[in-house]
Amino acid sequence: MTHSYTMAVVFGLIAGFLCRIRMLRTDFRQYPTYPHGRVIHLSLGLIAAGLGAVAVPALFEKNYTAITFLALAAQQFREVRNMERETLSKLDEMELVKRGATYIEGIAMVFEGRNFLVILSAFLTSLAVMIGRWPWGILVGLVVVGLTGWLRSGKSLDQIADVQIASVRLKGPNLYVDDIYIMNIGLEDNRRRIREHGVGVVVVPKDRHSRFTLANTGQRQAILHDVSVVLGVFRDTGEPSLVPLIKRDLNDGRLGVFLLPEEKDPEAVLEVVRRVPVLESAVRMPLTPSRNQRST
Amino acid sequence: MGTTFEKTILAVVSSNREQVAGGAPLFYEKDRKQVQETAFLLEKILDGMAHELNDHTMIIVRHGS
Repeated sequence: MTHSYTMAVVFGLIAGFLCRIRMLRTDFRQYPTYPHGRVIHLSLGLIAAGLGAVAVPALFEKNYTAITFLALAAQQFREVRNMERETLSKLDEMELVKRGATYIEGIAMVFEGRNFLVILSAFLTSLAVMIGRWPWGILVGLVVVGLTGWLRSGKSLDQIADVQIASVRLKGPNLYVDDIYIMNIGLEDNRRRIREHGVGVVVVPKDRHSRFTLANTGQRQAILHDVSVVLGVFRDTGEPSLVPLIKRDLNDGRLGVFLLPEEKDPEAVLEVVRRVPVLESAVRMPLTPSRNQRST
Repeated sequence: MGTTFEKTILAVVSSNREQVAGGAPLFYEKDRKQVQETAFLLEKILDGMAHELNDHTMIIVRHGS
């Protein structure tokens, strides 16, 4: 009997850890940082996997106190969210183009949520070994690892909006992207630099839901941040005129995106804007009937 | 977006004395070119943003970040 317990824990642990590895990806945004940021999250993932895996044998032994430790573990992983939020907020103060609170909250939430997913995967795998035999463990393990990989990526901007290149125009001191007013640029010198380096993009929402989502300032800041991370930004501290900015056309909800990438490559800009994640906390579905009904 | 809160006019540069008066530091210049030059310097020194109100007057504004 002890032997099958060990098997269950080992299988659960391995499946959980594999899930964490599968869900931990350092992409073009360079977060989590390599190598130490990754080490931290892999270690936490291993602990989470251990907790989930051990819970099942504990349950079989009718050791219900051990199960309550899961609640304690949940508390611990909430700390992960705080840790990420604090780190990112601190780092954000040093960015030329900020990530923004919504983006940071989104990332922190993902780290917490993924640890819970790891606990669940380890638990299920461990359960499969206990109820069936070890081949079942392998099967369930493979399924959960596959599922978490599928759950990993959320929506990107091109799924909710059309992204097009637009002209950057200066009418006197006034800067426009397409026909959307951006800001007033007083100095000739800055106007010249904007003519040289500015890239304009118009984001057209595909439906009325996405129109509300795109209105969220956190979502807009995420667009600016991602472009500045991948393509660099032509600005420095103390140059408030050279700031990438997004303004919204109030009539139809289009976004006029004014960018100052280090490399002026409109195609690359388009590609990056299309891949900007749609932030979970920015999503609005104001017209879904069930939510519009009286919520008293 | 990013630069939207608390704005203050740090300085006013103008070539038209009749147009400006009041609380912020005022800089009078001869012509448009001089206005641009002074505004350029002030923008760099004050870390503010220069805006053009009309052909004669520019203001330097600090946008809260």
